[in-house]
Formats: sequence, C-alpha cells, structure tokens
Amino acid sequence: MTRSAEGSTEVAAGPPRRRRVTSQRRREQIAGALFVLPDLLGLLVFAGLPMMLAVVLGFFAVDGFGGYRFVGLANYRRMLHDALFLQSLRVTLLYVVLLVPSLYLSGFALALLVQRRSVLSGLLRTLFFLPQMISLVVVAIIWQVLLVDKIGLVSRLSALLGVHNLSWLGDPRLALYAVVFISVWFLMGFYMLIFLGGLQDIPREYYDAARMDGASAWASLRYITLPLLKPTSFFVLLVSTVAAVAGGQAFDLIYVMTKGGPANATALAIYYIYQQAFQYNEFGYGCAMATVLVVILMALTLLLFAFTRGGRFEQG
Amino acid sequence: MSRADSAAHRGRAGITPASAQLWSLLGLGLALATVAPIAWMFVTTFKSGADVFSLGAPHHLTLSNLVYVFTQVDFLRFLFNTFIVSSAVTVVAIVLHSMAGYALARLRFPGREIIFLAMFSTFLVSLPVIIVPLFLVVKTLGLLDSYGGLIIPSVFNAFGIFLLRQFYLGVPRELEEAAIMDGAGYWQIYRSIILPLSRPILSSLAILFFLANWNAFLWPLTVTNSKSLWVVQVAIVSFQGQYSGSWNYVIAASSVVTVPTILLFLLFQRNIIESIKTSGLK
Repeated sequence: MTRSAEGSTEVAAGPPRRRRVTSQRRREQIAGALFVLPDLLGLLVFAGLPMMLAVVLGFFAVDGFGGYRFVGLANYRRMLHDALFLQSLRVTLLYVVLLVPSLYLSGFALALLVQRRSVLSGLLRTLFFLPQMISLVVVAIIWQVLLVDKIGLVSRLSALLGVHNLSWLGDPRLALYAVVFISVWFLMGFYMLIFLGGLQDIPREYYDAARMDGASAWASLRYITLPLLKPTSFFVLLVSTVAAVAGGQAFDLIYVMTKGGPANATALAIYYIYQQAFQYNEFGYGCAMATVLVVILMALTLLLFAFTRGGRFEQG
Repeated sequence: MSRADSAAHRGRAGITPASAQLWSLLGLGLALATVAPIAWMFVTTFKSGADVFSLGAPHHLTLSNLVYVFTQVDFLRFLFNTFIVSSAVTVVAIVLHSMAGYALARLRFPGREIIFLAMFSTFLVSLPVIIVPLFLVVKTLGLLDSYGGLIIPSVFNAFGIFLLRQFYLGVPRELEEAAIMDGAGYWQIYRSIILPLSRPILSSLAILFFLANWNAFLWPLTVTNSKSLWVVQVAIVSFQGQYSGSWNYVIAASSVVTVPTILLFLLFQRNIIESIKTSGLK
C-alpha cells in the first residue's frame, strides 16, 4: 500500500518497462494468493466451516451414525426446559464472575511485583509462569491428589490451621471455587506477562516527574499506571472472559477432576455440551447449545466494549 | 538502552529500600508457594504407593513407579505418538503460517484485507465451542482415529499467522526490492530472505506450538479411539481411571510427561516470555 512501484520510482516509463511492471504486479498477486491459500483453506475447513455448521446443525437432529433430520427450533425449545443446561449456564456465569476479576488482580499484582529488572525479578517471573508449561491434565491430577479428603496435603495443612473436614472437590458448595483457584494458579503467569508488556510501554519520565512533584507510590499507580494500562486491561479482560466462557483450560480440569460433579456444581456449559454430544450422541442438540454459548460470549464481549469504550480506542 | 534503564528505575518510585526488601521477600515466598505443587509431584514420583500422602520427605526413595510406567504400560508408545504429532503440527504450521503471514503483510493481491479479517475472526473461536461440528467435519473427511486427524486440524490457528504478519510488517522492504529488481521470484525471496530473517520469531513460535500440542488433551481425546494412537495426556487420564487409588503410578507418569516441557521452558524461557509479552497488543 505504501509502496509506489508503478511509475513514480521507475526512471524510464517507456512501453516495454510498463509491460514489465504489469507482469511484475501480476506475479505478486499470484504469489500472494498461493502463499495464503493453504492456511486459508485450512482455516475455512477446520474453523470457519465448523462455526457455520454449529448454527446450521442446531436445527437438525443429528445422531452419531450420520442420520440428519430437520427439526426446526426443537433443539432450542428443548434447551429452555433442560434444567441441566440452564444449570450449566449458571455455573458458567459464576465461573466468569469469579475467574475474570481474580485473573485481572493476580496478573496485575504479580506484574507490579516482578517488574524491576533484577536477578530476583527474573527468577520470580520464571517461577510464577512455570505452571503454564504444565499440561492441564497433569495440573488436574496434581491438585486432585493434593485436595483428596482428609489425607491430602491441603486438608492436612488446613487442619493445622484449625479448618477440618473440608471436602474441596466433594462439596457442591466448594468445588467450583476449587476449580477457580486452580485455574488462577495455572493462568496467572500468562496474565502477569501481558501486564508486564503493558507496564514496559509506559515511559519512565512520567514516574520521574510524578516523584519530583512529591507524588506517592499509590498516586503514581492511580494516576499514571492505571490510565496508561487501559489497552492492556482491556485485552486482559477480553481474553480472560473468552477463556472463562469457552476456554479449554476449564474443560480439561473438569473432565479430569470432577466430571462436572458433585451435583453438577462444576458442570460448565462447554462440559455439558461435550457430554451431550459425545456420550449421548446428541450432536444436533450440542451444536444448538454451542451456538447459544457463542451468542452469550458475543454479548459479554460487546458489554465489555461498551463499558470500556473499547479500552484502547478511547485514547487513539 | 532506554528501555532497560527505565525498567530498572520504575518500580522504585517512592519505595524505600526497606520496604523493597519486604516486597522481595513476599514475592519469593509467593513464588515458592506457586511452584510447590510441581515440586511435590516430582518428589512424590519417587515415593512408594503407601507414602503418597505422607507429609515431608519419603521414608525411602524408589524408582519402582517409573519402572512400572515404562515396563507395565506402553508409555513409550504414547510418548512417541505425542512427539510425532507435536513435531508434525509445529513444522507444518511454521511453514504455512510464515508464508501466509508474509503474503498478508507484504504481497498485494485482491481480497487481502478481507482474508486477513476472516482469518482473524477465527481467533475468538475456541476449540470447546466448535468441537462438535469439527468432529463431524473430520469424520466426513475420514480422518477419525488417525494421525492425520490428530495433526491436520491442529495446524490451523490464527494466532501464529497474526503474530507473523505483525512481524513482517516491521521488516524493512529494501532487501526484497533489491531481490525483485534482480529478477528473483517470490518463492525464492521467501526462502532465501524472509525465512532466515525471521528465524528468531519462528523458533519462539515453534516452541510455543510444540508445547501447546504436547499438552493438548481435548482434541486427541475426541478424535482418537484406538490405544495405539493415544497421546500421553489421554493415556494419563485413562490410567487415572484404571488405577484409581494407585496415585503413585499416575503421578510418576505425570512427571515423565512434564519433564520435557519444563526443560524446553528453562532452555528457551527468554524467547517464550518475550513472545507472550509482545503478543498482548499491537
């Protein structure tokens, strides 16, 4: 776009030269199209097509054996009366409400804690980020053993503190909190790095000027760091909301640790959809529920845009 | 460098040395608490089944859990599968995404902006949301329960394309233009100029892709059925069901799966951390 290959930079613009430029242009177009083609086709088939299919198949009854039957809105009507689906939406909402602020605060706090360029900060970054490197299956296994009732390490340690007989994964009132805690443990290092990237883009001069004016550390945080971090904050809220509603991390944890239980307390919508589709062969119903989930996700995203005025765009 | 400089000064605004030390101490405590569960897993790998829940150091260390994992279970096969799948996805993805990223950043062709937007929009679609229709697509293509089914759908991911396009937008044009003047074709330019130029970012991305696929669970769980195609994550979950109560074996297998990822991270942490930090915005 910024390049001015045709004419202006050419010294002699005679007829032969012009032909060369046009054929050059043509070659560029062909090369560009061919270079993009494999990825474009792949994304179309393995991302775009499934997105569209989810909507279309939501109007069909699809069994696991290749039978498709148009059923209109039946899947959607069924959802309204499916207590487990409605429950899974409530669980998802609670998970979002608990997880998103926790990730925001922990990521931001850790970034402030490790932002100095020192050997210790470098080490702390590494340690805080380490859980990210571990597969969620392993994360789930580690925590499942640590949280075993009575004899698990966490129960024993909390018994030392005078808290007895809490069944973190067995009590419907506690299980989702345990899943949120483990999700934060796993994800916070990632958000720490994102915030760290944002902090590094704030010019140091602002802090120097504030200090010369006698501003406290708290005032610097409140009036320099937070306003200038708006783009980063927006990104973090957006990404963590998407992760909370539809992220693979929650699925893996729940599949391994709780299977949605106890008493469906941890049955997130993505888990319930998977169960319906792959355990009960309800592929059409699964697609319809996934479509509803995407609509909810889009609504949440729009809300986020509205509340933050797009975060970053406000300043531009 | 002003950036290093500013980073060194920044956090200190208004903070006295004494409180700085206090914060360091707090940070260290928190960080150790964060990695404690991982350390616990490695220690427990060497504990006997009866000792799994004992506090503190094991009474005696044993290799029997690891021996069991490698001899009584076909764990090498699962490691091999995981390695093949992760490597194949990584290599193909790096080649295709760098080609696409280069074209989207540099080559002018009709529909480029729309194609970019369309690719970008798949960014927001996560696997759990499309897993049902994706399964049906892969089934229709006859790829269920095959290496192809494990590998091919995992290649296509807008994140890599997006990051590489951003990178190529920042590469100076002069090099390519000289090559064009010399009559080089675009494939030649890509091979001999663009690829070598982007080696650092490509290696960062390759590590991220490899790790992501090594750790992937949901898709392999969904697409494979035969035990001979299991990847390690699926295998571990099936052990968990099979040996419920024998946590020592499951923990040992978990450690085996985790060691390569932690080694990769420690070796390449600079690349990994930088590429995640810059992926935030821009």
